[in-house]
Amino acid sequence: MSDHSHAHSGGSHGTLGSLMIGFAMAAILTILPFGLVMGEVDLPRNLTIGLIMGMGAVQIVVHLVYFLHVGKSSEQGWTLVATLFSVIILVIVLAGSLWVMHNMNENMMPMPDMEQMMNLQSQQG
Amino acid sequence: MATEHLQPQETWSPIFGRLTLDWIPYHEPILIGTFLGVAFAGLIVLALMTRFRLWLPLWRNWVISVDHKKIGIMYMVLGFVMMVRGFADALMMRLQQALAAGGAEGYLPPHHYDQVFTAHGVIMIFFVAMPFVTGIMNYVMPTQIGARDVAFPFLNNFSFWMTVAGALLVNLSLFIGEFARVGWLAFPPLSGAAYSTGPGMDYYLWALQIAGVGTTLSGINLIATILKMRAPGMKMMMMPIFTWTSLITNVLIVAAFPVLTATLALLTLDRYLGFHFFTNDFGGNAMMYINLIWIWGHPEVYILIIPIFGVFSEVVATFSRKPLFGYTTMVWATACIMVLSFVVWLHHFFTMGSGANVNTFFGITTMIIAVPTGVKIFNWLFTMYRGKVRLELPMYWTIGFLVTFTIGGMTGVLLAVPPVDFQLHNTLFLIAHFHNVIIGGVVFGVYAAVTYWWPKAFGFKLDDRWGKRAFWGWFVGFYLAFMPLYALGLMGVTRRMNSYADMGWQPYFIVAALGAVVILFGILSTFMCFYVSIRDRKRLACGGDPWDARTLEWANQSPPQKYNFPQDILVTGRDMFWKMKEEGFTWSTDYQPIHMPKDTATGVLISAFALGFGFAMVWYIWWLAILCFVAMLAIGIAHTFNYNRDYYIQPDEVAATEAKGASA
Repeated sequence: MSDHSHAHSGGSHGTLGSLMIGFAMAAILTILPFGLVMGEVDLPRNLTIGLIMGMGAVQIVVHLVYFLHVGKSSEQGWTLVATLFSVIILVIVLAGSLWVMHNMNENMMPMPDMEQMMNLQSQQG
Repeated sequence: MATEHLQPQETWSPIFGRLTLDWIPYHEPILIGTFLGVAFAGLIVLALMTRFRLWLPLWRNWVISVDHKKIGIMYMVLGFVMMVRGFADALMMRLQQALAAGGAEGYLPPHHYDQVFTAHGVIMIFFVAMPFVTGIMNYVMPTQIGARDVAFPFLNNFSFWMTVAGALLVNLSLFIGEFARVGWLAFPPLSGAAYSTGPGMDYYLWALQIAGVGTTLSGINLIATILKMRAPGMKMMMMPIFTWTSLITNVLIVAAFPVLTATLALLTLDRYLGFHFFTNDFGGNAMMYINLIWIWGHPEVYILIIPIFGVFSEVVATFSRKPLFGYTTMVWATACIMVLSFVVWLHHFFTMGSGANVNTFFGITTMIIAVPTGVKIFNWLFTMYRGKVRLELPMYWTIGFLVTFTIGGMTGVLLAVPPVDFQLHNTLFLIAHFHNVIIGGVVFGVYAAVTYWWPKAFGFKLDDRWGKRAFWGWFVGFYLAFMPLYALGLMGVTRRMNSYADMGWQPYFIVAALGAVVILFGILSTFMCFYVSIRDRKRLACGGDPWDARTLEWANQSPPQKYNFPQDILVTGRDMFWKMKEEGFTWSTDYQPIHMPKDTATGVLISAFALGFGFAMVWYIWWLAILCFVAMLAIGIAHTFNYNRDYYIQPDEVAATEAKGASA
C-alpha cells in the first residue's frame, strides 16, 4: 500500500495567483474568438477559422498548465511526459487517418476520363 | 452443397426480447455433444467442490481477493481454460480442411465453420493471450519493484472479473444462439446490421466491450504501480527489464484500447440505432472502420509481445548467470517500438486502395520496426555468449523462441514489402506468419514465464520430464502445422476456406492437421506436467531462490506471504537481489506494522451484472439491461461509502509468519 505521508508529493495544486492568471487567459482566449464572429469583424473567412482554431489550441495549453498543473515540476515530470506522449499519438492517429482516408478517397474515385466517358454515354443515351 | 442454414425468425417479446427456443441449437449434433461434455465435466466439478466443502474457501481466498498474486494466478487459469476452448476450434478447422477437398464438404457446414474461425481468433487474442500477459505482469511486476500490491487493489480484482464476464459471454454464445461469422476483427459491411443478422455479432461487440473495460483499467493500475510504488531508491534505470516492458505495454494499452472501444461503439450504433458510420450507403465508409480498428490492432500485437520480451530478458540473464547484455539499449529499443507501433497500421491493408506514396511510407516504417526487435535478439544472444548457460525448462522455451521468432520476423519483413503483400495478402502465408510470431513469441514466452515463476508462486519446481514433453510437442507441432501453410500460401491458397477443389493441396492440409495433433500432445503434456508436479510437490520442493536469480521478486519467500516483503528494501542498483546475495543480506527482525487492503466482493458483483447487461443487450431484453445497468451503478456508488477497506498486520504477526515460512 502507498504510504499516506507521500500522498501529496505530487507538486503544487496552484496558488490563487496562478489560478487567476489561468482564468484571465482562458477568458480572453474565449472572448476574442467569440467577438470575431459576433462582432462580424471583416476578415477573410479562412483567416477567421484559423484564428479561432489557433486560440482554441492555445487555450488547451493554458488549461493543461494552469488548471491541470502539467509541467516539469509536478510528479517528477511524469504529467508532462504523459501529455506529450498523448499529443504525439493523437497527432499520428488523426493526421495519419486523414492522410490515409483522403488517399483512399482519391484512388477509389472514378478517373476523370471515366467521368467524361460516363457523361458522353449519358448524353448519347 | 451443404443445406442452407436457416436462422430462426426475428421476433421480439417484451420479456424475452429476441430470445426464443429456436435459438437453442439442439439440432446440431456437434454442439449437443460439446454441451453434454461441458455439462458433465461441470457437474463433476460442482459435486467435488461441494463434497470437499470448497465453495467458501474459493470465495474467500480467491474470488473476492485483492491480492495481486492471487489475481495473477486467476488470470493464468482463465488463460489456460480459454486456450483449451480456442485450441478445440483450431483442431476443428484443421480437420475440416484436411477433409474438404475436391468436392468433399467435410463435416462443418459454412455457417458453423465461419463461427469457428471467428471464435478461434477472438478467443486466442482477447481471452488467452491477453489474460496470460496481464496475469504475468500482475504476479511478477509488483514483487520486482518491491511493492506490497498494485496501486489500486480493488480495481485489479474488478478488472479481472470484467475480463471473465467477457469470456463467459463468448462461451454462452456456443449454446444460446450463435457467434459472429465475420472473422476476428469483424469488418463491416459484413458485420453491419444488413449482412449480420442474428445475435452472433452482438455477442462479439458486448463481450469485447466488457472485457475491454477490464483491460484498460488494469493498464492504468499497473502504470500507477510502476510510477508510484517502487521500493525506495529504485530509479527508473534500476528497474528490472520485465518491469520496464510492463510499463511500456500498459502505456500502449491505455493509448490503444480506447480506440477499439470507440470503434466498436460506432459499429454498435450502426447495428442498434441505424446509424451509418460504416454502411455502404447514406455517407457511411466501411474503410474507416478498417483504418480505426488497425490503429488499435497493430499496437495490440506489441501489447502481447513486449512483456514477453521482458520475460525472456529475465530468463536469459538468470540462466546465463550474467547481467543482461545491453540493458540500456533494451529499454530504448522497447521505447522505440512503443512509438513505432503506432505508425505501421496500414500494412494490414496495403491492398485496400491507397496510393503508392502511402503504401511506401507504411512499408518502410514496418521494416524499420524490425531494427529495435533485432537489437533485442542480439542482446539475448550476447547475454548467453560466454555465460554459464543452464538448460532448464525456461531456457528450452527461450531458445525455441529465438529460432522460431526470428523466422516469423523475417516472413514479416517480407510481407512489409507492398508489392509482395499484393501477392500474399489474405493467403495462408499471412496466417502462417502471424502464428509463427504469436506461437513462437507469445505462447513460448508464456510457457517460459510459467516454468520460470511457478516455483516462486508455489514453492516447488515443475516436473522436468513432462515439461520437456510439453515443449517438444509445441515446438515440433508448430513447425509441422504451419510450414505447410507457408507453402500453401505461396500457391495462392486463401484463408478461411470451408472447402476447395484442388486435390493437390490436400496433402499439405493433412500434414498441418497432424501438426495440430502434435500440439495437442504438447497441451496435454502441460496439464500432465501441472498434475504430476502438484502430486510430487514434496520431491520438487525448492527454496526461495531455486534458479539463483537476480531480481527482487526472489528476495522474499516462495510462495510469498500476502504482504510480499516483511520490510522495505533500499535499492542501490540493478539486479538488486544479486547484489543483496553478494553482500550477504538478511532480513532484520525489527518489523513495522504493514498496511494492507481488505478483500471486497464489489468487483465480482459488478462484473456479474455486467455479464447480465451484455446478455440482455445481445437479445434486446431491455428491462433486464436497464436493471443490470442500474445495479452496476448502485453497487459502484455503494462501494464508495465503504470506509472499512484497509487494516494493519502487526509486527508480532509478521514475525510469526516469517518464522513459519522460513521453516516450511
